[in-house]
Amino acid sequence: MGNLIGKAVKRVEDNRFIKGEGKYTDDFNMKNQTFAMYVRSPHAHAKINNIDISSAEAMDGVVKVFTGKDIAEAGIVGSICGWQVDFKNGDTMKEPGHPILVADKVRHVGDPVALVIAEDKYIARDASELIEVDYDILDAVVDPKAAVHDGAPQVHDDVPNNKIYEWEIGDKESTDTAFENAHHVTSLSFHNQKLVPNAIEPRAALGHYDSNEDKYTLYTTSQNPHLARLIIAAFVLSIPEHKLRVISPDVGGGFGSKIFAYNDECGILWASKQIGRPIKWTADRSEAFITDCHGRDHVTDAKLALDADGKITGLRTKTYAAMGAYLSNFSTCVPSYLHGTLMQGLYTTPAVHVDVTAVVTHTVPVDAYRGAGRPEATYSIERLIETAAKEIGMDPAEFRKKNFIPAFDGVSQPGYQTQVALQYDSGDYEGALNKALEVSDYEGLKSQREEARSKGRLMGIGFSTYIEACGIAPSAVVGSLGARVGLYDAASIRVHPTGKVTIHSGAHSHGQGHETTFAQVVADAFGIGMDDVNVVHGDTENVPFGMGTYGSRSLAVCGSAIMKSVDKVKEKGARIAAHKLECSPDDLEFANGAWTVKGTDKSVGFGDVALTAYVPHDYPEGEEPGLDFASFYDPANFVYPFGTHICVVEIDKETGEVEILKYVAVDDCGNIINPMIVEGQVHGGIAQGVGQALYEGAVYDDSGQLLNGTMLDYTMPRADNFPMFETDHTVTPCPHNPLGVKGIGEAGTIASTPAVVNAVIDALSDYGVKDLQMPLTPQRVWKAMNNNGKL
Amino acid sequence: MIPGTFDYHSPDTLDEAIKLLNDLGEDAKVLAGGHSLLPMMKWRLAEPTHLVDISRLSDLDYIKEENGYLCLGAMVTESALENSELIAAKYPILKDTSEVIADPLVRNLASVGGNIAHGDPANDHPATMLALNAIVVVCGPNGSKREINIDDFFLGPLWTALQDNEILTEIKIPIPKQYSGGCYIKLERKVGDYAIAACAATLDFENGQCISAGIGLTNVGPTPVRASDSQNMLVGTDVSDEIIEKASVLASETSQPVGDHRGSEEYKRGVVKTLTERAIMKAKNRALGGN
Repeated sequence: MGNLIGKAVKRVEDNRFIKGEGKYTDDFNMKNQTFAMYVRSPHAHAKINNIDISSAEAMDGVVKVFTGKDIAEAGIVGSICGWQVDFKNGDTMKEPGHPILVADKVRHVGDPVALVIAEDKYIARDASELIEVDYDILDAVVDPKAAVHDGAPQVHDDVPNNKIYEWEIGDKESTDTAFENAHHVTSLSFHNQKLVPNAIEPRAALGHYDSNEDKYTLYTTSQNPHLARLIIAAFVLSIPEHKLRVISPDVGGGFGSKIFAYNDECGILWASKQIGRPIKWTADRSEAFITDCHGRDHVTDAKLALDADGKITGLRTKTYAAMGAYLSNFSTCVPSYLHGTLMQGLYTTPAVHVDVTAVVTHTVPVDAYRGAGRPEATYSIERLIETAAKEIGMDPAEFRKKNFIPAFDGVSQPGYQTQVALQYDSGDYEGALNKALEVSDYEGLKSQREEARSKGRLMGIGFSTYIEACGIAPSAVVGSLGARVGLYDAASIRVHPTGKVTIHSGAHSHGQGHETTFAQVVADAFGIGMDDVNVVHGDTENVPFGMGTYGSRSLAVCGSAIMKSVDKVKEKGARIAAHKLECSPDDLEFANGAWTVKGTDKSVGFGDVALTAYVPHDYPEGEEPGLDFASFYDPANFVYPFGTHICVVEIDKETGEVEILKYVAVDDCGNIINPMIVEGQVHGGIAQGVGQALYEGAVYDDSGQLLNGTMLDYTMPRADNFPMFETDHTVTPCPHNPLGVKGIGEAGTIASTPAVVNAVIDALSDYGVKDLQMPLTPQRVWKAMNNNGKL
Repeated sequence: MIPGTFDYHSPDTLDEAIKLLNDLGEDAKVLAGGHSLLPMMKWRLAEPTHLVDISRLSDLDYIKEENGYLCLGAMVTESALENSELIAAKYPILKDTSEVIADPLVRNLASVGGNIAHGDPANDHPATMLALNAIVVVCGPNGSKREINIDDFFLGPLWTALQDNEILTEIKIPIPKQYSGGCYIKLERKVGDYAIAACAATLDFENGQCISAGIGLTNVGPTPVRASDSQNMLVGTDVSDEIIEKASVLASETSQPVGDHRGSEEYKRGVVKTLTERAIMKAKNRALGGN
């Protein structure tokens, strides 16, 4: 290994981003391009009697108006669900249709009913206002639990009681027994509220059908262009895959919301062929609020059983998980396999049972959002843990230590098999907790809290000790659980004749810093400079079929594919070097950018070998020229990052405002390639998780209107809401991938939400407040204090 | 932003601007910093057919003391107010107010005149101007000019005493006496948000007694609210903690909040009391030489 791994190398991509010179989908233009605007339903549930497009069509500059009728006549189905989760009784999951344009009945505010294409975006917008839709407004249902009641408004005729599936995991019988025999039971009920992802760049598409080439091109805001191509080409529009090129250039954040192949983008591509001209569509912020897939929206009852000694004996949850009005690509796996399987947390809980009913409601579809299922699981567990510790009068840190899974490295000790299907790879949960206690000076904090309270100030300390599963895999296992895709990744390494290197990555970078981290890994491996390596991603014509970026998988999965290609380059390089040095490859060692004959000073550099590979005049017999390898990597298991977050808050008694005084995060993501990027990911993750705890949440009224669908109304946290985070880490390498890395993209979001809520509840303990529903707005906290906690 | 169609006018002089407004009638809107109007146009809640941009009228950009008044040109930006040494030294309540409006990017363009002329009870300057007993100077056709007492300026939500053919050109604030202090305290869900509620308070003291008081409240009524009962409670007293408590309860009673996603009516009344208490306390400290 070289000297770059573990270095806080500055992000190479920031040069263009800081200058505002990134190239995003909306920055691309094509000759003869038109502009599109979707006309969207203002109602959550309504029958369409008639759509009158005549005035819009007659407007100067309008090229074409499509409605649901055109889509239906073309026989196009909408985007698909990529994960089949069946009912526990064996019945098949319900999969209602999802038309690109709705012809008969709208099912959420934002459901598209027409597509207007015009010479410019102003005309498109003006024309869209001329379209008259005659709606019969129907009752709507927005609450996931209410949706299953008999008589509740039905979202789809073919989904009785709005139930997509009823799923369970764990052992119900042993869990029931644990609760029957429990010395103490802690019970809580939550609404893990619906969140709007709000990536800074709204979704966009620039679609073009070239009739000469008989080929489609789609520039779009995707976290995974190959997956988008597969879904759009093979499942939605029936285009041969080789005739569709998907380019996902710079993308301004996704947080999960740009994993999915949305109908809107499919519609643009389809329409471009119909009109024979390129079409650009860029959502505005208001549109993003009502069309980007939301996150969370779980209504959960959670219970924890304890014995007389304070050992956890059982955990049970029952969740109603909203899918929104339609099934987005991975909506179904989020509350099941990404949620239920994490419900043991990092505790030895011997009996766990998770029951999930997935339901459709008249709201924006819900799918993976930073953490995806794991934050919901962690919230349930960590709120229960902290509440139980309080109820039995034990320090929350001690209570956790008593119940933690003991440390195991996954090499000399086996992985840890949970009650809910997963086998954790390696972990030292108490180690991370101890470090956090030390970094935060927990004993000192407790004295400060005592002192503050004696002066009538409301200070609270909250913990969250989390585990998450990233780099979801292996493909065969997820396939057996209903996934309709593989979950490997791919990368190629092209060594150029002068020894410079290009990485073609199946993972897509939209804020994660792959252009730096991946280059760092490869430059380190070859003993060359950062400047000698570049990373290409985001174009299906140029990168191998990787599955993209989500679930904190890029380094663990795509990074492993990169390392496989690195090994192949080194292996072939060694053969070429051996030829040049007139020795056997076995006699060589590679270090500092050169192959050296062991025990001698005879060596040949990486650049020399590269040049020889491309100018193979004096060359090993039978060896192919070139130094260019692609690899696919299908992981043996998930990776399991973990850690401890500690949050300290103070509450303003008179206004109910919560101030975070201190925030300590100790994360273990295995080996660290770039500590600065890791820290950045933790910072962003914490901010997003705190957003859920204190500020954010989609608010619907009973008719299904989103009441806070603007940046003015929706409370995104801002920098001044946070103290300087104190981050640290422990290192427990992943035993099953070449870099020993886990994942860090979602850890902050998963950990922080319960840590903050636990701290606030702790601060309110004098008021007898046991629980509060998120977000903990000043008003909610104020009410809790002013009603003596009786809400 | 994809607004409706409009014509854009960029007059060079105030007279020209007023003439345009006079000629174009109610279909024209004045564009100053644009940070209230443009968002409404973006959502097509406002679709003016003409915009008269007064941002090039540099003669409306000044901060000066003259004839017993602090005079603020209507085009003074929030950031200019925020960074002015004169304002920081003698009118900290104005600095308090500017600092909590939106974010720095907005404050670099948004104008104090626009903040008032927009007539939005959720804007921050209106309550402050009530507390400061400001006078709004307005110019109309044919060189006409009138001064409107701030109490007569705000008529309803987004509705002021300004006529369609008038432009707000200046805000006049009486220069404070020796023992005067004021401050603005805002409770917001996040930086840059409209206030859940906010309170502007000014106090003038003579011989240890409060001789006049101004209390203005933000976003708790159809217009910015002057808490007159609260003011009366303070005048003629030494503004003791007990009096402050009583005055704050009165302010809470005077406020007319409506429940929304920023808070219920009950909560807003609760925080009006708290904010008023804190604002009076701080104004008193500033008046009597503290900070």
